[in-house]
Amino acid sequence: MTAVAPILSVQNLCKSFGALKAVDGVGFDVAPGEIVGLLGPNGAGKTTTINMILGVLAPTSGRIEIEGVDLKTQRTRALQSTNFAAVYAPLPGNLTVEQNLTVFGMIYSVKNLRARIDELLADFDLARFRRTKAGVLSSGEQTRLSLAKAMINRPRLLLLDEPTASIDPSTARDIRAAISAYVDAGHCGVLWTSHNMYEVEAVCDRVMFLSRGKVLLQGDPRQLTKDHGAASLDDLFVQVAHEALHDASLVPPPPVAAP
Amino acid sequence: MSPSRIGAIVMRQLYLYRGSPQRILPMFAWVAIDILLWGFITRYLNQVSHSGFNFVPALLGAVLLWDFLTRIMQGVTMAFFEDVWSRNFLNFFATPLRTSEYLSGLVLIGVTTSLLGLAAMLALAWAAFGLSFLSLGAALAPFLMVLFLTGIALGIFGAGVVLRLGPASEWLIWPIPTVLSPFAGVFYPITVLPAWMQLVSKALPPSYVFEGMRRGVAGKPIPWDQLAIGGVLSVAYLLLACAFFAAIYRYAIRTGLIARYSAESVA
Repeated sequence: MTAVAPILSVQNLCKSFGALKAVDGVGFDVAPGEIVGLLGPNGAGKTTTINMILGVLAPTSGRIEIEGVDLKTQRTRALQSTNFAAVYAPLPGNLTVEQNLTVFGMIYSVKNLRARIDELLADFDLARFRRTKAGVLSSGEQTRLSLAKAMINRPRLLLLDEPTASIDPSTARDIRAAISAYVDAGHCGVLWTSHNMYEVEAVCDRVMFLSRGKVLLQGDPRQLTKDHGAASLDDLFVQVAHEALHDASLVPPPPVAAP
Repeated sequence: MSPSRIGAIVMRQLYLYRGSPQRILPMFAWVAIDILLWGFITRYLNQVSHSGFNFVPALLGAVLLWDFLTRIMQGVTMAFFEDVWSRNFLNFFATPLRTSEYLSGLVLIGVTTSLLGLAAMLALAWAAFGLSFLSLGAALAPFLMVLFLTGIALGIFGAGVVLRLGPASEWLIWPIPTVLSPFAGVFYPITVLPAWMQLVSKALPPSYVFEGMRRGVAGKPIPWDQLAIGGVLSVAYLLLACAFFAAIYRYAIRTGLIARYSAESVA
């Protein structure tokens, strides 16, 4: 059996802001058809890691390859097959739903763009908002639009930063199902951050716990829960975050007192 | 460079114009007000002055050309500000879009809007005050080209400043043409300026345009060698502005500025 080449390969990734090490030697792969959960408390380095993979933040050191293409030296080629959705990156509110999808479809040079937009509007239940400005959509509808944009180029690597935040449970379930089906059918890989452990357990094949920029734990979310004697992934999250907080090796030295 | 990605930047701006008359109106309204105001001033000066000097081409023509430069600069910066205001940098720059493609899109839309404004200015100045540049014929093209390149350079430079310093710094960008105009000799020969101001003037491409235009409308030979200096300077400034924007973009990628761009986060 031959090993499948990863869609995303992150090696020894580091990012420092002055003395602060936001990401410290993180390495992992995302395989085709795999959904990997990136978990951790606020400030753990999840979004910093995602920003580096998106090419909007330069790593201090380390290497990122998307489908074997080095992001640093061939950024445009690497990002051609990547897309993302994040709660903190809403699409321009002064463009309509259709206009937003057209602009981003052109950026990714999507073939048969009209048909692709129609397909996405149907998939994400946005057809009735086709000519509505994105800024007047509800937060849940804006999230669906961000997800539709994230799918416009049929990405091989999808980065989702809390994709179902501000969506009602029913719609969130539909969206999880849609993304899972897309991953299964298209051999896309997904890196998914969320604070909703139920969601993570439902969709992720593997999770990584990040704290203070380091990967503390990784594995199958169901198996990790058992191995660590936690009642649920939620409990394991609290336990890991608490331990990391009190682990002296992870806590930075106290500031030097002024003379 | 990808035509599709450049087209996306242009298309985004065209969508904004299509859905928003308040964005279209300023392209023509301020121009029309300037032409009317200076047109009547020059008409009055022609009435009270008995020197035989025709103020219409000297002053109104100068206003028209200076407005052209200002509109080009604003066309580029306005398109950039749309991304500032909608906090769209993360969405755009987390894609295959290159900075050169982004800037090309901004320039294309700036060129389109400023040419529309120029056409409106020329039509109004001719219809209301009889000002015509037709006598200059094809000679007008190099003058416009120097202003055109300078306007684009200023627009790209302004975009770089706002990217680095944050949205609040847009108020540093709007007055740039006004700050430069005393040095550019828009309404007077630069020889009337103090020596130190003349030194600054010689570094500004528009000063060569206005010196040359004054000679042209007075029926004297156009100093092509001087205009060539203006042309070289404008190309140099355009290249410098692109390099400046690219350097700021690299800084923004290194520090994470693009990902967290807002008035509060930019120091």
